[in-house]
Amino acid sequence: MRFVDEFRREADAQKLVRAIERLVTRPWTIMEICGGQTHNLIKFGIDRLLPPSITLVHGPGCPVCVTPLELIDKAIRIAQQPHVIFTSFGDMLRVPGSTSDLLSARAQGADVRMVYSPLDALALSQKYPDREVVFFAVGFETTAPGNAMAVWQARQLGLRNFSILCAHVLVPPAMQAILASSDNRIQAFLAAGHVCTVMGTREYEPIAEQYRIPIVVTGFEPLDLLQGLYIALRALEEGRWGVEIQYTRSVTRDGNVAAQQLMHQVFEMCDRQWRGIGLIPASGYCLRSSWAEFDAERRFDLSGVSTQESSICIAGQILQGLKKPPQCPAFGIQCTPEHPLGAPMVSSEGACAAYYQYGQPG
Amino acid sequence: MIDLQCPIPISDYPVVTLAHGGGGRLSQMLIERMFVPTFSNTALEALHDGAILELNGTRLAFSTDSFTVSPLFFPGGDIGSLAVHGTVNDLAMCGARPLALSAGFILEEGFPMEDLWRILLSMQRAAAEVGVPVVTGDTKVVERGKGDGLFINTTGLGIVLPSAHIAPQRAAPGDVVLINGPIAEHGIAIMSQREGLAFETDLVSDSAPLVDLVMRLLEVGGEHVHVLRDPTRGGVASALNEIAAKARVGIRLDEERIPVADAVRGACEILGLDPLYVANEGKCIVIVAPEVADRVLEIIRAHPQGGQATLIGEVVQEHPGKVFMRSRIGGLRVVDMLSGEQLPRIC
Repeated sequence: MRFVDEFRREADAQKLVRAIERLVTRPWTIMEICGGQTHNLIKFGIDRLLPPSITLVHGPGCPVCVTPLELIDKAIRIAQQPHVIFTSFGDMLRVPGSTSDLLSARAQGADVRMVYSPLDALALSQKYPDREVVFFAVGFETTAPGNAMAVWQARQLGLRNFSILCAHVLVPPAMQAILASSDNRIQAFLAAGHVCTVMGTREYEPIAEQYRIPIVVTGFEPLDLLQGLYIALRALEEGRWGVEIQYTRSVTRDGNVAAQQLMHQVFEMCDRQWRGIGLIPASGYCLRSSWAEFDAERRFDLSGVSTQESSICIAGQILQGLKKPPQCPAFGIQCTPEHPLGAPMVSSEGACAAYYQYGQPG
Repeated sequence: MIDLQCPIPISDYPVVTLAHGGGGRLSQMLIERMFVPTFSNTALEALHDGAILELNGTRLAFSTDSFTVSPLFFPGGDIGSLAVHGTVNDLAMCGARPLALSAGFILEEGFPMEDLWRILLSMQRAAAEVGVPVVTGDTKVVERGKGDGLFINTTGLGIVLPSAHIAPQRAAPGDVVLINGPIAEHGIAIMSQREGLAFETDLVSDSAPLVDLVMRLLEVGGEHVHVLRDPTRGGVASALNEIAAKARVGIRLDEERIPVADAVRGACEILGLDPLYVANEGKCIVIVAPEVADRVLEIIRAHPQGGQATLIGEVVQEHPGKVFMRSRIGGLRVVDMLSGEQLPRIC
């Protein structure tokens, strides 16, 4: 298949692995930001092809994993109201809240529907004018333009029964929080190719300067990942820092300006709780006050939603790259995809799920 | 001894979720913790696609399946042809030639009579193609809103070929794993028609009867054919995991060799689905002893249902109970059983 097979050729992958072996003279620790990258690193066995002196640390770029528990509990509360059609990307449905998840809420009678785009949710609100249609707007800068578009169109169409539960998060503040931590051991980043397709790379330049760290904007296919690692390791070995783009077939320095403009029209930056990590200032998007009529948190009474996180789960340390999933005492024992204690075990971008599903045979 | 005083074995799920019907680990839990211990008997405990019963020295295969597909009409078939193919294929996977089918219909009040007629004609054609009569049936009508248009149950009875000795436990190290063509076509064809996901594709379901194919390969392979399995719900990965667990062997796949049509791969890449977990309705996993592998593969390839048959892996001693795969770029990974439904990713 074109545009996929070219990036999965074994001979080319082996060439890059050899080049990395020749390049590396000492141990390095590199974090890939995006959960999609984590999954492909493990699914294709790339982590095991690399020299053992290279440590790959999995980053916080799993939107499902970092969505705060409180918002999942609020989502379930909204979904349980009889006149509501609650819509969400499929990935979010299995994520455990304090006591339940959206799939269980559906099994108990809530009208929870999986959609593939926020615009599908908008179509539902046109089809069912006497129901309240709520879309769970999760994700990084990748999904934000689509969600901004849904809200913008809802106003154009004069829809009064559409709202979003907004849980957007932003990559650069999370990178800064990781780098500023006293426990930090990350020496280079593979930044998320799809986020930067939207946002461009300018906002990463001051981070690379401040922390003197190489940031390589990388794609998702095996050859992308290996090439991104090669570029990052080359910079590390040569003592250079700065932003480099591996994913040139999609990313430019300026990004998608039209998408950015729409996002800024609808959203503004706000402080955001990250599940397992805590509050990071100016790390999320909320609806601007001029768009508040589409904010589900204002439309529904959500008082008295109380949240309780599992005390065993170490998702926070995993999302910050401080620990790897097999180091968690609950991994594969109390915590499995059927009985997740934390979100990284259920999301298709979660690090724990990747290790559980694709990990070593024994 | 189980009675009503016994606690419910799956107490952590207070209600049934869709994942309990997904063909993955939760379906398996439901079967192994609730159904099998409750009805406990040797024919059931074999947990094959159908039960094998002995009657005066003749082995009978007995299998049942219910069909709830939505939409009822899809590219490459409809619920009627699917209900025939599903059950005759389950019999074929026991090494049996189908003798007769029953058909039960649960109809929803208001269901268009014309659609019912189309579905019946389609069932009739599918059954005639296999040469199996539908000999008994049942009809129930439920109130509007209490069914999804139409559900069909079919049950089949077949006679096991004397030369057939098919059981998941017979998979042995050294055996090879064959498949009769590209995977995941039924699941993706159905998904392409669902509300909210209509995407343009020429893809059709692979729904087809496998009886003739199985009879021919058994003629050549005889008792060297160790396992037959149609990877329906849960896909190839779930079927192979069940076999690996039953036989206490490892199964090693080679990603490069697994046939997947470009249209299916494209849809899976976009949606973030793994074709190994997507349903098939005209595919058969054949595990055979190495000495007959070439001849069996030749026979499958010569058959209309097996033109693109390939060898996709082998049974090994290492990692008993697990399926693992050499990735396209040479890495190794586990191919686990799916825990619930596959859900499309966010970005």
